[in-house]
Amino acid sequence: MALVSVRHLTRIFDVSKPWLNRVIERKPRALLTAVSDVSFEIEERSVYALVGESGSGKSTIGKMLVGLLGPSEGSVEIRGTDLARETDAVKVDAVRADIQMIFQDPFASLNPRWRVRDIIVEPVAARGGDTKGLAERLLEQVGLSARDAGKFPHEFSGGQRQRICIARALASEPKLIVCDEPTSALDVSVQAQVLNLMSDLKDEFGLTYLFISHDLTVVQHMADRIGVLYLGRLVEEAAPDDLFDDPKHPYTQMLLAAAPKLDGFGREVTPPTGEIPDPINPPPGCAYNPRCPLAQSICREKRPELRDLRGARVACHMVE
Amino acid sequence: MTTPILSIRDLTVDIPTRHGTLRPVDGVSYDIAAGEILGVVGESGAGKSMAGNAVIGLLSPPAHISAGEIHLNGARIDHLRGDRMRRLRGKQIGMVFQDPLTSLNPLLRIGDQLSETMLVHLDISQSEARKRAIAALDEVGIPGASGRVDSYPHEFSGGMRQRVVIALALCAEPSLIIADEPTTALDVSVQAQIIALLKRLCRERGTAVMLITHDMGVIAEAADRVAVMYAGRLAELGPVRDVLSAPLHPYTDGLMGSTPLASRQKAGNGKDRGKARLHQIPGAMPRLDALPTGCAFHPRCPRAQDACTVDPGPRIEDGQGRAACFFPIDRAKVA
Repeated sequence: MALVSVRHLTRIFDVSKPWLNRVIERKPRALLTAVSDVSFEIEERSVYALVGESGSGKSTIGKMLVGLLGPSEGSVEIRGTDLARETDAVKVDAVRADIQMIFQDPFASLNPRWRVRDIIVEPVAARGGDTKGLAERLLEQVGLSARDAGKFPHEFSGGQRQRICIARALASEPKLIVCDEPTSALDVSVQAQVLNLMSDLKDEFGLTYLFISHDLTVVQHMADRIGVLYLGRLVEEAAPDDLFDDPKHPYTQMLLAAAPKLDGFGREVTPPTGEIPDPINPPPGCAYNPRCPLAQSICREKRPELRDLRGARVACHMVE
Repeated sequence: MTTPILSIRDLTVDIPTRHGTLRPVDGVSYDIAAGEILGVVGESGAGKSMAGNAVIGLLSPPAHISAGEIHLNGARIDHLRGDRMRRLRGKQIGMVFQDPLTSLNPLLRIGDQLSETMLVHLDISQSEARKRAIAALDEVGIPGASGRVDSYPHEFSGGMRQRVVIALALCAEPSLIIADEPTTALDVSVQAQIIALLKRLCRERGTAVMLITHDMGVIAEAADRVAVMYAGRLAELGPVRDVLSAPLHPYTDGLMGSTPLASRQKAGNGKDRGKARLHQIPGAMPRLDALPTGCAFHPRCPRAQDACTVDPGPRIEDGQGRAACFFPIDRAKVA
């Protein structure tokens, strides 16, 4: 059974103006659909990556997975438990302890007034667990020194802080770690160190990652399965080799063509046209149809379902 | 050989502090010719933005140019102050920053911002400036330019705003554009649009471009030549194809190996993928107040020998040469 199964997940944010302004200006409610009917499963001990541009809903899905946001519709089940609906507190607590998160900005996600030791053992201490020597052991596991436990976050560089975040995420011995752009704020050489560390820890502790990133090269390196999001919808899901060698959805093709290539010297790309449409007012049918070279009338009328195609799942009417 | 648009010789920037003088840029020399895009890469703190700011005279005190010369179109500009520098800025050097929202005035219509720049630098009338503002917006690919010229910056998306900033940098027809991380805040598809735009404008107008970025992929696609900076010094300089596919300096080599795609290609494909590890450069870039003696890279360098710990190694002089290293990677042997 899959560790995580996400079914028909939808999240709608109310971004309307205050009630009085709406009445005076006669404006209707504005509802922003950040995530729309997304379904996927994450196998145990695998890395599932979500890629997409800004506003594609990848971080919102991550937050719903850890329970920081509730779904508007649909469900997230972790080991068969739906955190949003489960009423048995013991069960909820057990599942929650299995999930941790690593955030993008290691400067914002560490409390500047706490010592590293207290930061790292917090997930365990909050549940009343034994924290003796835990911080020191974890620090050495993530490549820092046990002596660093007494220091404050400002004494560390960005890469070292991200290691502290990883140590904190490991403290409660989780099964699933949601990593939201864990290396986007880091330099390439530091990014390489952190990515290698994350791979090593995954093997050592049998972890499962949900890896959220906008960087296709990082995703290609880390993931076992990649989901491509566009305007809150899953448009394609495939293994990395399939996705990069044979992208099927026109959006994925556009994304891969637009990404700068290291060997693309003087490459003349025909840049993609248009931009992501307004999520408050998405186009009818397939969300990609205004920019799609293959679009036909059906694409403007009916939203495509995900269907199996050569080992991948694709949401497109036209592609064969 | 024609005179380069921009020529930097031995540029050194110092920041005096209570705890001694920091040197974020140390003896950097390079040229940019007309119609050429020079990519400047390096990690954060390598001094790449500081060098760009020095050229345009935007160093914030106490940082100052302590040695070296900067020539623009053959005229020396590093000692210009106040008014004379201001006249140069915008007229001869255009600047594109990372965050388009902070480089535009949120209270002014974009048309007014464009005409203001032109009225200051060019001898033209109000109506002519407006006409040119619309033409400039049209040229950077803003659809319906005549209708959008009276919009405010917040009415544009991130990519469109960056186009406006580029139009702003170009409107006085400068001979040099300094683009400091122009696509870092943008999505890939928009990034591709902006890069294509920069390349087209550079080619059509013969503008020289200094493209400062940390993204090797962007450099590979956009730049003609590339300068790799490390801890304030120029580590390697050369045609982009040579530097990226056959680096001579151990730092460039390590940097290329750290990029996920490059190491993946080396590791082959298929079943080995899970085992592929990224090449790691051990340690981190030294802080400016704790630079090692000799070559700043030697504590992390796999090729370092005794000489590297005392002598900073050969400099890239006169914008010529390749790697500032005693023991560059011998490509003939590797191949």
